[in-house]
Amino acid sequence: MKGDRVLEAREVVRSFGSTPALRGASVTVGRGEILAVMGPSGSGKSTLLHCLAGILVPDAGQVAFDGQRLDTMPESRRSALRRDKFGFVFQFGQLVPELTAEENVALPLLLAGVRRAKALRKARAWFPQLGLDGLERHRSGEMSGGEAQRVALARGLVAGPEVLFADEPTGSLDSLAGERVMNLLTAAARDQGTTVVLVTHEPRVAAYADREIIVRDGTVTTTPPTVAAGAAARGVS
Amino acid sequence: MSLLGLLERKPSYGYDLKRDYDGFFGRGKPLQFGQVYSTLARLARDGKVAAGESEPGGGPDRKRYFITDAGVAEVGSWLAEPAEPEPHLQAVLFTKVILALLLGRPAETYLDVQRAAHLQRMRELTTLKQQGGTLDTYLADYGLFHLEADLRWIDMTAARLDTLAKEIRT
Repeated sequence: MKGDRVLEAREVVRSFGSTPALRGASVTVGRGEILAVMGPSGSGKSTLLHCLAGILVPDAGQVAFDGQRLDTMPESRRSALRRDKFGFVFQFGQLVPELTAEENVALPLLLAGVRRAKALRKARAWFPQLGLDGLERHRSGEMSGGEAQRVALARGLVAGPEVLFADEPTGSLDSLAGERVMNLLTAAARDQGTTVVLVTHEPRVAAYADREIIVRDGTVTTTPPTVAAGAAARGVS
Repeated sequence: MSLLGLLERKPSYGYDLKRDYDGFFGRGKPLQFGQVYSTLARLARDGKVAAGESEPGGGPDRKRYFITDAGVAEVGSWLAEPAEPEPHLQAVLFTKVILALLLGRPAETYLDVQRAAHLQRMRELTTLKQQGGTLDTYLADYGLFHLEADLRWIDMTAARLDTLAKEIRT
């Protein structure tokens, strides 16, 4: 882990009905770090992301952002925190189909009370650097999957979040489009010093992160110490 | 074969061939001059290349090498043939897993260590892609896709370790 800790989950347990998804998962994320969360389907990696982001409340264990306990925080405060401090990118972009690309990107700012003209101006500023020039007025049905996902990425970053949560952000894209999204996501995050929690089952996507954890049967496996030591000896961080 | 191919591109001196080879294919493993000249001598013996007259230069006299028709045909055949699709790491990974299971050692831990080592190498290659030139991108992609294939095997094996352990212990 690099930097001071910005997110922490300790012994988190979460079930859906009688089905346990997390059975004591612990992880610490450093400020500015890009962390890949890997693991087989159904291992609990998305549930861990949702707990870290304050979307789900654990049945037991603790989750903290910047020292504030999310697991004991009321939903209204968690909701405000998600809006003001966190950004989100999901597998299928989940753009609002009735809105144009620039309106989709501006949404987090509009929800935070920014005036429409200013929000749209800030939203448009993201289009050139994400290779989206000329698509500002397009709706999601008029864009390719890669373009829509880059719009979703701009929406996730437009409010300058402290943490970007990305759940399989390239899962619906081919290799080239996925690579472009990952290059842009990591470059933008590093430019802004944004911490990224990246859920993926694809090693090529995880390779963009600073380090990875593996979620298996609801618990977390970190990099074995022998490998971490070897990487450090080779001067690789 | 790469030297012969470079000669099909243009006639060259040994020094230029080494420089071109290192630029295109070397990637941290530059060719020794001795290898260049021994390869050229063998290709000349086999009629794939021919040497021009010695030319005076700044240092010792040097010869320019040309590819022959037989050499061009050889390059054409080589390019038309697919390489042996043999996973180069499979034997080592497979042996370690089987041996770990046979010896009652923690095979899953070995696979975790191997997975982390693979991912670390993939991170290095991804950095190379982001910071290097176009050739680096293509070479890094080749490595990345092969490592990814190994990782799929590692994950499948990890998921089936119990079955495999029962099988080989009976």
